[in-house]
Amino acid sequence: MEGFPRILPAGDQAILVEFGAEINSVLNQRVHAVARNLTAGKIPGIGETISSYCSLLVYYDPFVLSFAQVSFWVRDLLGREVAIEEPSQTVKEIPVLYGGAAGPDLPFVAKHNNLSIEEVVAVHSGETYRVYVVGFSPGFAAMGTVPEKIQAPRLSSPRTKVPAGSVGIGGIQTGIYPVESPGGWQLIGRTPLKLFDLYRRPPSFFQAGDYARFYPIGENEFRKIARAENPTAGW
Amino acid sequence: MIEVIKPGLFTTIQDQGRRGYQAAGVGIAGAMDSLALAAGNLLVGNPEGDAGLEMTILGPTLRFTRETLFAVTGADLAPRLNGSPLANWTAHLAPPGSILSFGGRQSGVRAYLAVAGGIDVPVVMGSRSTYLLGRFGGLEGRPVKAQDRLPVGSPTQARKPLEGLVFPENLRPPYRRNPQLRVVLGPFQDFLSPEGLAEFLSGEYLITSNSDRMGYRLQGKAITRQKTGELITCGLANGTIQVPPNGQPIILLADRQTIGGYPVIATVIHADLPLVAQCAPGDAVRFAAVSPDEGRKAYLALWGPLKNFSVS
Repeated sequence: MEGFPRILPAGDQAILVEFGAEINSVLNQRVHAVARNLTAGKIPGIGETISSYCSLLVYYDPFVLSFAQVSFWVRDLLGREVAIEEPSQTVKEIPVLYGGAAGPDLPFVAKHNNLSIEEVVAVHSGETYRVYVVGFSPGFAAMGTVPEKIQAPRLSSPRTKVPAGSVGIGGIQTGIYPVESPGGWQLIGRTPLKLFDLYRRPPSFFQAGDYARFYPIGENEFRKIARAENPTAGW
Repeated sequence: MIEVIKPGLFTTIQDQGRRGYQAAGVGIAGAMDSLALAAGNLLVGNPEGDAGLEMTILGPTLRFTRETLFAVTGADLAPRLNGSPLANWTAHLAPPGSILSFGGRQSGVRAYLAVAGGIDVPVVMGSRSTYLLGRFGGLEGRPVKAQDRLPVGSPTQARKPLEGLVFPENLRPPYRRNPQLRVVLGPFQDFLSPEGLAEFLSGEYLITSNSDRMGYRLQGKAITRQKTGELITCGLANGTIQVPPNGQPIILLADRQTIGGYPVIATVIHADLPLVAQCAPGDAVRFAAVSPDEGRKAYLALWGPLKNFSVS
């Protein structure tokens, strides 16, 4: 793409490497590949990275590197062939209790698209999604792309509390809130799976580059899986 | 051991933050005024990365069960030991059973308590910082409450020689009300019209009451955007300034989310983040553009002396 990648300052201790300005899996694979190579390069002064859809934020230590120096290292890396790892073949299956109290915005998503609730569930669970980004809150996996016929805009005013496990649609993205947090996506259901667990390695259930599929479950099965996920919880 | 008698308005355990886990969505957290906490640690003979208490506006009432070398830095919340006023930015030795309390806010917002040995809660993902969103770190990721008992580590240096040590005034951040904040423009200032950019750099913005460790929401002349579309979500640095569709900027701080989708038009330089941390709702800020190199120079000037600060 013309003009890309470009390197922009993000303050005095980070740079943003922009690979393009659209959401597609090829650009996103490049982002993750460059992030891996940068980390593997162990360049003194280069800190952690945050990969997103089509950009990479790179933190650096100002005691070691200047903006020009960190830009030089990144440009050097971009100039060389970057091995893009084959996309992960793992498709993680996610049980979801759709609608009702678990998915209070499902009727809106249906109405917005002139579909029945059952049709929205069938379309949402009929697609395989790529995890483009893990971020926002611990273990939050932003996936795409949501078929156009069930897309829905974000809430005009975000909820201050979205329960852990909530499955939402925000435009062309879908994802699961792993911990209770504020959130502006339309909530269509909830999964009993624990998507972030400090005592698991790695703590995040999803890694960028994973694939996911959702399947509908009923309340009984929800409770059964939730008990297995939280054996110490007093149900 | 430190016993919490009254928790104060909002008191959390913090250190220099949780580095290296943002790729999993785990934020950095850490002290909002990280320099003040680092200075307090140096005064009591700790490594600068040890954990202390971040105390907001209304300080807690605490009891030191053992003889404890401590320092209070950052905002002036009128600290008192057994009822007697104490100097800030100074190492004090508290006899066993002493009560540390705070008389009320004189200036600034966030004060830091550093104790010799550091507050020794478990390290979670490389840090002791309280991470409210993740509900871990510090004390199960929550603010301290009455009757909490805070474990203190073993001091690595003799306490007596450090007593009375003062962190020099010229090495402290130049706190002031209504500060001008230096920013590096970008990455997406092209979302603004030239008029919008001029408005941002000439306007005065009030800090609203809707401001916390995640970010400060500002209120002033709405910043005009020339691009209406949303930005594709990208990673966020400390001090990032976002402009949502209503044109009122938000400065993202220690407890920010790791990624966000509003256009980032500028970032406050790290040297000026202590000034932000000590701004209260109702204070006004202005912005001035600098280059990344100027920001780096200011940061090295502020933090460089700490690297050489010697207690001997």
